Amino acid sequence: MEKEIKANIPKGNLQDKWSNYKAQAKLVSPNNRKKLEIIVVGTGLAGSSAAASLAEMGYKVKAFCFQDSPRRAHSVAAQGGVNAMKNYQNDGDSVYRMFHDTLKGGDFRSREANTYRLAECSASLIDQAVAQGVPFGREYSGYLKNRSFGGVQVSRTFYARGQTGQQLLLGAYQALMRQKEIGKIKLYARHEMLDLVLIDGKAKGIIARNLDTGKMERHAAHAVVLATGGFGKIYYLSTLAMGCNASAIWRAHKKGAFMANPSWTQIHPTSLPQSGPYQSKLTLMSESLRNDGRIWVPKAQNDQRPPHEIPENERDYYLERKYPSFGNLAPRDIASRAAKEQIDAGKGVGALKNAVYLDFKDAIHEYGKETIAERYGNLFSMYEKITGINAYQEPMKISPSAHFSMGGLWVDYDLMTNIPGLFAIGEANFSDHGANRLGANSLLQACVDGYYIAPYTLQNYLADQIQVPQSAINHPAFEIAENQAKKQLKEFVSCQGNKTSEEFHRELGKVLYDNCGLSRSAEGLQEAIQKIQQLRQEFKKNLLVPGDVEDINSELEKAGRVADYMELAELMCIDALQRNESCGAHFREEFQTDEGEALRNDKDFAFTAAWEWSGDSSSPILNKENLKFEFVQPTQRSYK
Amino acid sequence: MKIHLKVWRQKNRHTKGKMHDYTLTEVDEEMSFLEMLDMLNLQLAKKGERPVEFDHDCREGICGQCGVMINGIAHGPLKNTTTCQLHMRSFKDGDTIYVEPFQAKAFPVIRDLKVNRTSLDEIIAAGGYVSVNTGQAPEANTILVSHEEAENAFDAAACIGCGACVATCKNASAALFTGAKIAQLARLPQGKKESNKRTINMVNRMEDLDFGHCTNTEACQVECPQDISVLTIAEMNYEYNKAKLKD
Ligand SMILES: Cc1cc2nc3c(=O)[nH]c(=O)nc-3n(C[C@H](O)[C@H](O)[C@H](O)COP(=O)(O)OP(=O)(O)OC[C@H]3O[C@@H](n4cnc5c(N)ncnc54)[C@H](O)[C@@H]3O)c2cc1C
Ligand code: SF4
Ligand code: FES
Repeated sequence: MEKEIKANIPKGNLQDKWSNYKAQAKLVSPNNRKKLEIIVVGTGLAGSSAAASLAEMGYKVKAFCFQDSPRRAHSVAAQGGVNAMKNYQNDGDSVYRMFHDTLKGGDFRSREANTYRLAECSASLIDQAVAQGVPFGREYSGYLKNRSFGGVQVSRTFYARGQTGQQLLLGAYQALMRQKEIGKIKLYARHEMLDLVLIDGKAKGIIARNLDTGKMERHAAHAVVLATGGFGKIYYLSTLAMGCNASAIWRAHKKGAFMANPSWTQIHPTSLPQSGPYQSKLTLMSESLRNDGRIWVPKAQNDQRPPHEIPENERDYYLERKYPSFGNLAPRDIASRAAKEQIDAGKGVGALKNAVYLDFKDAIHEYGKETIAERYGNLFSMYEKITGINAYQEPMKISPSAHFSMGGLWVDYDLMTNIPGLFAIGEANFSDHGANRLGANSLLQACVDGYYIAPYTLQNYLADQIQVPQSAINHPAFEIAENQAKKQLKEFVSCQGNKTSEEFHRELGKVLYDNCGLSRSAEGLQEAIQKIQQLRQEFKKNLLVPGDVEDINSELEKAGRVADYMELAELMCIDALQRNESCGAHFREEFQTDEGEALRNDKDFAFTAAWEWSGDSSSPILNKENLKFEFVQPTQRSYK
Repeated sequence: MKIHLKVWRQKNRHTKGKMHDYTLTEVDEEMSFLEMLDMLNLQLAKKGERPVEFDHDCREGICGQCGVMINGIAHGPLKNTTTCQLHMRSFKDGDTIYVEPFQAKAFPVIRDLKVNRTSLDEIIAAGGYVSVNTGQAPEANTILVSHEEAENAFDAAACIGCGACVATCKNASAALFTGAKIAQLARLPQGKKESNKRTINMVNRMEDLDFGHCTNTEACQVECPQDISVLTIAEMNYEYNKAKLKD
């Protein structure tokens, strides 16, 4: 049964909604706060900032992460920068413009009110990070520096060399450790959430596994916040870390939380290509390289000549040719799709024919090697470390790679899922970015969710929970959840087949990348669904997990994650199949303009698909949140 | 290429460990060091043996979760390179490689190559921050930070918390790690105010944990993947003495 769902967006003008909300939100008095306990799963930018802010307010917080330290969450890997509306450059930026850029970048598939709030809260983040000691780039005068990023016309990106994510995360991590020191936060590193516990329909705790001992633990709280990051690792080869997973949100989904637009994945155009079958991840090369590098492939198929032997007139600078006004700087989804087109047409380069060239020859000729080294020296040396190739002499080889999940748990304006007391923040939720995320907007979203939104909206929820006693961990709901989690782990170990989870994961990733990646078709998706179902059957019968359940066991951790991916992958295909339009990163081959661009269908698809678990991963229930555009008229994105 | 491995296997912190010999015959030089270990683990799993436990996550040199001793050197032979960024082209066909966990009293072994480094988090908890709550911050450009100050602070802030400096130090001192955080914050106007208290608390914490004393051998900077300068240790000592004088 399809139902229409409500996002609880406050009334009023776009610019008044968040202030009205804050003015009317319920409060909890300081002496009551210490009686209320909050679980925050994830210590990336979203989780650390939320945990620290809530603890500072006086709540009791438990923070969880699977790495050995909260500082290692994958936010640490973000290179490019973080957007914020300060208009320091006096170049015409405004909250409205930032909101509009984000909404348009997302191809008009996000909520106006959330997107506006993201822009509205962005400035405070820079203030906070500077106060924490984040060493952002500075002008010689001492003022903050900006750069322009990702196809917008203003310079609103703040950065700390090529390690913006690391520096922002350290700021948030340090704030978290400060609260841990005074006992306001209890930290559970090397713990993995395996299930969500509901009591009377409300989120009341989690089951976590101590990864060092293999022991199960029960943790109760008045509210649970999931800040568990993106699940692009489902494609196996991706720019994400090895441990990134969908398990926390997927298990919440199976307890009733809706998954929104799960198939919308950003595929980044400039990552390093796969070099062999053993490859475990793809490293991102900052998009800033496209400012000076020219992208090309040989005009002829299967051209075996080394790049310098291919004369100019036999090269196809396809982005410059197809998108004369944006050229090599075309947005990510467009650049990635164009690269795939060339690779599929047999023009890919490199040993596996899976890459395109990113050439600095002309830039070096024009500006000199020194200038290019000054701009990108660290990237060139990272490239050399990984590939052994000197990119001053030879073009880089790059290829598209799965990167960011626009989809995630459905949340309302409060960032609360449809399960009362369960919140989702950062990349784990679906909000703000629509069908395509703008560069440097997701560090921002993770921080804004954690520092500025969750502290208000959680409090609004908790105000009604003061009278409700905290659930005891011997409540039957904990018992059932723990037993189920244990049972699953035992099944993995006792299966004793002959294929490891990693081998299953690689196969699944390939099916997904080929059919539910850069471009999708009904036929391909249907085929993929069948293959995934077969793979899932095989996984049940033929999984190989050495070692024991009650012990440290990396193979067992992987098995749980892959089991969830096996189910989520099918939902992604079903979601992509359902959406008979193209929008942003979701490109359905059947729906394109005569020029091969995405053809949106606002009449039938201006909605968020919020999928409900039915008990069977092959037949999820579709619920719709209709998107109303009250303040902006959707237009067609054009980058010609 | 063919690679002989001697890998430290240890069931848990209470049992004794020892080196085990393995040989891999189809190592590709384009593989990363960790992908080579993946290959070993796949073979072990298929034979019904326990794979080697090792730490890693980002595999791009920034999270600080990886780190083993490779032929006696923390993170292996390449300068300024984490274990995950090391590739097999740094070795030759027929090589024997010794792989052991980071060794330090403050880093007890969990299993095989995995060690517990929470002591580093404890040092940060003692004072590695600016004490500012969410919402207190003034408008960002009211705190001017010169280009030079910011760059200097960044050099120290780049530490990834891997612990290689501790593992490589004959005294198992955490001076470089601690010095880096103290220096980063002391180099910035935002962090200066609290420097005395921060330095004393962090140094005391370091001493309370099982880290040794720094005797200025400077081995740490050599093996630090981020090339954190030993000058940060001198700065820590300076800040410490300054704070003690005020005490
Ligand atoms: C290589 C790369 C470069 C990027 N560059 C940029 C950029 O320049 N600008 C930008 O704006 N964005 C960038 N992004 C995107 C951005 O970094 C992320 O969207 C953002 O950091 C996500 O933050 P998060 O807090 O939601 O999740 P994360 O930082 O991924 O944190 C997830 C946390 O959840 C924990 N966790 C996960 N599952 C479980 C579980 N089951 N149990 C317990 N704990 C769990 C993890 O331990 C971790 O602590 C980049 C992303 C990548 C991969
Ligand atoms: S100082 Fe260097 S070696 Fe020590 S933890 Fe930091 S990055 Fe690692
Ligand atoms: S795995 Fe992250 S630094 Fe090596």
